[in-house]
Amino acid sequence: MKTLNRRDFAADLGLALAAAVLLPATSARADDMEVHIDNFVFQPAELKIKVGTTVTWTNRDDIPHTVVSAGKFRSKTLDTDDKFTFTFTNAGDYKYFCSLHPHMTGMIKVE
Amino acid sequence: MSGHDHGDDGVSRRKVLECMTWAGTGVLWTVTGGVPRSLGIIDSAQAATAAAPGMSFLQISDSHVGFDKPANPNALGTLEEAVNKINAMPAKPSFMIHTGDITHLSKASEFDNAERIISQTKLDVHYVPGEHDFIDEEVKLYRERYGRGTKGHGWYSFDAGGVHFVGLVNVVDLKAGGLGNLGAEQLAWLEDDLRGKSKSTPIVLFAHIPLWTVYPQWGWGTEDGGRALEQVKGFGSVTVLNGHIHQVMQKVEGNVTFHTARSTAFPQPAPGTAPSPGPMKVEDAKLRGMLGVASINFKQNEQRLAIIDTPLQG
Repeated sequence: MKTLNRRDFAADLGLALAAAVLLPATSARADDMEVHIDNFVFQPAELKIKVGTTVTWTNRDDIPHTVVSAGKFRSKTLDTDDKFTFTFTNAGDYKYFCSLHPHMTGMIKVE
Repeated sequence: MSGHDHGDDGVSRRKVLECMTWAGTGVLWTVTGGVPRSLGIIDSAQAATAAAPGMSFLQISDSHVGFDKPANPNALGTLEEAVNKINAMPAKPSFMIHTGDITHLSKASEFDNAERIISQTKLDVHYVPGEHDFIDEEVKLYRERYGRGTKGHGWYSFDAGGVHFVGLVNVVDLKAGGLGNLGAEQLAWLEDDLRGKSKSTPIVLFAHIPLWTVYPQWGWGTEDGGRALEQVKGFGSVTVLNGHIHQVMQKVEGNVTFHTARSTAFPQPAPGTAPSPGPMKVEDAKLRGMLGVASINFKQNEQRLAIIDTPLQG
């Protein structure tokens, strides 16, 4: 009796955990996107998104970087693991670069 | 830039690569008749002896105060070691230049710590900024501390021991996809600054990012550096001192000697030998052999300045 109960409880707990794990994924906006900075490279270098999408850049290097699109957006200096978020409300091609290491470039295409 | 004026530039670039000399730890360079010669590993005592007599000065670079990542958890500590090394030199240099990236993140506390340690040399220090010194929100801390009497973003010149020194800023207004940048205003100022100088005046140009193209894939070069070099073409002795790449590299082209100094904080990989130019983690025992300072000696009537790179250890 006890054993059965425990098994039932375990099964329920398992389901609850699965739901807890799934919930954030299903409730998060499906169109939010991420760009990582690794080894002085924006990855992915080009992103195609829909209007209204929020993009989050994360610097995973040991060196600070910035995310700058002339006249459109400009992050603060991002130290290791710092993030920058921007929501694209207008369609167009957004070229951007790191103002400290200008050979680092990327593109967000908003449709 | 300047796609139009590359007539024979391509050839000289190739020659330049052949001349490019790689230095390991602790190499004493002498340059005679345009050929750099390595005299082997030295220590600071010998370096100082070799530097006397004549006017000598020191170059320190890329101290990155505030850096605490695995490549060197204590960049302030190794800066202090470099300062102790300088203070132990038997012949006191006339002054010091710092070729930028004093701090890692342009924080006031980082500038304060750098000043506290570097001032222990009791030497006059002539600074130029690195890109890491201009990343505070208002971009004012570097200029408040070191910008007095400078033009534009912090460029200036001065004379010492018969040599004309020009400190240039090539870390501002960088363009997407490009390299370091001097800009039209600074180039015009440089032309003006050099006007009327005797062609026999030895010239030292110093700036953070190499004024020559070391490795554009990693941004190691200056977009309009060639235009500054054109302006010093007629001078008999030109020495270009840079930092930024955290390793010793030297080449000689005509009357111009190019040299980059080690960092006091962390080494960076040789061009193309790693996925990125980021801080290179080496064994603890090897780190101090890859950090260091440079001393530069000028003797009257000698065309080239002798440059001696001294590691913190080894």
